[in-house]
Amino acid sequence: MDGQTETEVADSKTLERRLRYERLSRYWLLGAGLFAVALFALIVLTLAHRSIPIVAEHSLIELLTSANWDPAQNEFGFLPAIVGTIYVTILSMAIGTPIAILAAIYIAEYAQGRTKVLVASFIDVLAAIPGVIFGLVGLIVVVPFVGDYLAPAFGSHSIGLGIVTVSLVMAIVVTPFIISLSVESLEALPDELRESSLGVGATKWETIRTVLLRAAGPGIFSAILLGFGRVFGATIVPAMLIGGQTAIPDSPFDAGETLPSLIVNDFGELMSIPLTQSALIFAGLMLLVIVWLFNFGAMFIRRRLQRRWQY
Amino acid sequence: MTTALKTENLTITYTGKREVTALNDVSVEFNENELTAIIGPSGCGKSTLMKSLNRLHEIQPNVDISGEVYLGTQPIYATDEPLPEIRRRVGYVPQKPTALPLSIYNNVAYGLKIHGNHSKAELDKLVKKYLQKVNLWEEVNDRLDAPGAELSTGQLQRLCLARSLAVEPDVLLCDEVTSALDPISAESVEETLKELKEEYTIVMITHSMNQAKRLADKVVFLYLGNLVEANDVNQFFEKPESERTKQFISGQGVVGEDESSDEEKQPATTAAQVL
Amino acid sequence: MDRYTEQRLFGLLARASAALVVGVLAMVISVTLYRGGRVFLTDPAVMITPPGSRYMLDGGGGFLHAVLGSIFIVVPATAIAILLSLSTAVFLQSDYSSERTSEIINMFLNVLWGTPPIVYGVFVLTVIIAVGAQTSLFFGIIAIAIFQYPIMTRYTDEALRSVPGAVKEASYGLGSTRFETARITIRSALPGIVAGVIIGFARGIGDAATVLFTAGRSTQMPGGLFEPATTLPILIFEQAASFNAEVRAHAYAASFVLIIAVLTLIIASKLLAGKYARFAPGGRHS
Repeated sequence: MDGQTETEVADSKTLERRLRYERLSRYWLLGAGLFAVALFALIVLTLAHRSIPIVAEHSLIELLTSANWDPAQNEFGFLPAIVGTIYVTILSMAIGTPIAILAAIYIAEYAQGRTKVLVASFIDVLAAIPGVIFGLVGLIVVVPFVGDYLAPAFGSHSIGLGIVTVSLVMAIVVTPFIISLSVESLEALPDELRESSLGVGATKWETIRTVLLRAAGPGIFSAILLGFGRVFGATIVPAMLIGGQTAIPDSPFDAGETLPSLIVNDFGELMSIPLTQSALIFAGLMLLVIVWLFNFGAMFIRRRLQRRWQY
Repeated sequence: MTTALKTENLTITYTGKREVTALNDVSVEFNENELTAIIGPSGCGKSTLMKSLNRLHEIQPNVDISGEVYLGTQPIYATDEPLPEIRRRVGYVPQKPTALPLSIYNNVAYGLKIHGNHSKAELDKLVKKYLQKVNLWEEVNDRLDAPGAELSTGQLQRLCLARSLAVEPDVLLCDEVTSALDPISAESVEETLKELKEEYTIVMITHSMNQAKRLADKVVFLYLGNLVEANDVNQFFEKPESERTKQFISGQGVVGEDESSDEEKQPATTAAQVL
Repeated sequence: MDRYTEQRLFGLLARASAALVVGVLAMVISVTLYRGGRVFLTDPAVMITPPGSRYMLDGGGGFLHAVLGSIFIVVPATAIAILLSLSTAVFLQSDYSSERTSEIINMFLNVLWGTPPIVYGVFVLTVIIAVGAQTSLFFGIIAIAIFQYPIMTRYTDEALRSVPGAVKEASYGLGSTRFETARITIRSALPGIVAGVIIGFARGIGDAATVLFTAGRSTQMPGGLFEPATTLPILIFEQAASFNAEVRAHAYAASFVLIIAVLTLIIASKLLAGKYARFAPGGRHS
């Protein structure tokens, strides 16, 4: 009998301890869940707060539309970097996207057996190679290629460093990323879609073009937009290969600057001037806001496409 | 009665990690303008047989095939005719009602657009004709531009039938087309099939003995990849020739269902497997 | 164009694209391995030799400072990121939050996931300026942890989600609390979680933009938690275009070390996820 009550006491103590853990863990996990939101808010607010000095001194319009960047002379025009960023983003996505989607189609729909596994794994693994390695290989291979062959072939002159060089390397960086996500979307499609389309006598390509690319469209579209974000915010490759020229480029073979490379190239030396600090933090804020818009745009369009192209 | 489609010594082996013979030396005939039901326990080769009739199983890797299928007198394996043309003539409706990611209108017009240059007016007329044929026109004529996937499953399955019929196939393969449907929708699809078999040769897989009795002119019974019996529907249910058939139609013949249930499932080869 | 010609043409294009991508990526790896290996394999000691006093000018000594800096920054950062991301991911499961809540949090995680690493670098630098500190190992750790957090949360969340409901039901059926059930779920999802952690680690070890302004560009051995440090990617970034061939050679050697490390990690994580998948009830079946 005594033993019984002892067990009961022990049991209720155990239960108490378990419930205490449960309560404590709940607070901790709630905190961790909110951490994601808090971190985001903290980053936006900090950057916004520190951007106030530059926006107060030079208006937002001036910052965004002036082509004159010369912090030593109190000139803070971001236009050259903005133009450079847009150039690089559009050019590398124009090169990378079609190739990435075709390669994804090959992996998901054409390749079979070992080849498929090998190619897919290879590209998957390569999506993780650090940007700085691509930058280095860009210096060794792409810079001389652009300077000695590509630019002359287009009747242009280039020292090798410049927008085209960055775009080529960024196209290489971003394709494995788009391929991985697109292959995932294509492979998630039910075989019934393929069977239904082939079953009315469509060719494999007609099936891919009309049915599969639509059905996987929302996923592929997200992959492309995320790819845009990647290229847009890429820092190390542009910083290594763009040539650091804060003037609006005349030709794609010119050296230039992107917003992230501007931050990298000017932060170290000009940190002592508070207004420059503020300007570069403002550049970081612009990046964040634009990537944010991309993200929400992607989510919105994805939902619409999902409704339109449902299967 | 003319034979629309027949198989000759058809043997199909999956050569994945585990070698499995899904069909073993099957020779069977499907008559014109009749509905032939294929029955048998799950995983005994029904779907394999059906997909081999228009070579749809070829979209999966690691399949070996020997024997031949004749569409009329024309072989479909040893032929120079492009595969899509063969598949146009032998249409396929999957078990799960599947809308292509297109509007209702374009789901039906999909095959028409691929195979011919129809004017817009012709297309309109044909889409209407085939939607009427599957008794769907009244229900959807006011929302032809809506996504096909927004239809109810019963309507969707009839849309799939219309899509397949639109390319004027000689033979229509229906893979358990009512099994994913509620009883009322199933009945409406059955009604449609009953009307269609006047004009088309239909091969249908079914799990339901009663459905086979209601719809079929002829029944083919497969067991573990072997053809056990193929006979006229009345003959099959009233006076079965094989002992196995007797057991099966009396409900005792489901032995072996578990051992072989994964026969038709092919391990999907994905990158995740090796890396 | 005839439809069969079109079919052949695009089949060919798809093949050619895949070949091009594979070829270019193979080129990137082989150039790194060849140019880096040529330097590194003739003198592997550069990896364990501290830098000389005029390192950036003459490349005297080796880059042990960057190797150690990478390890000292990424290991603690990963530990912090594991704790945070695991907790967040557990919170995102249906036991703790409604669908609406987890959708909102996921939205923020996605934004963080897509945020360029340079923004994290600038953010932490802003904090450094605000508190009047200097670039150091410590802030490098913080920056990398923030960078890894959304990446690892995504993989962990995915792994937890793939655990079948039956595991949870069995646990609750025995009278377990949510916390106890979460621990069971984590154990079931462990291979996926570990794979995600390794990927986070690899991404952390390869990133330069986050640590450039936060850990510093030190050319000396790391002196302490609040002393400037450097990492392999920073070293490659700084020295790749140097005019001194010796200094440049070190960047090549460092890239050899870095690419070997990253490839090993990623391949290990993929193998692990594949190999242990059959032990996890919700894992991929191979």
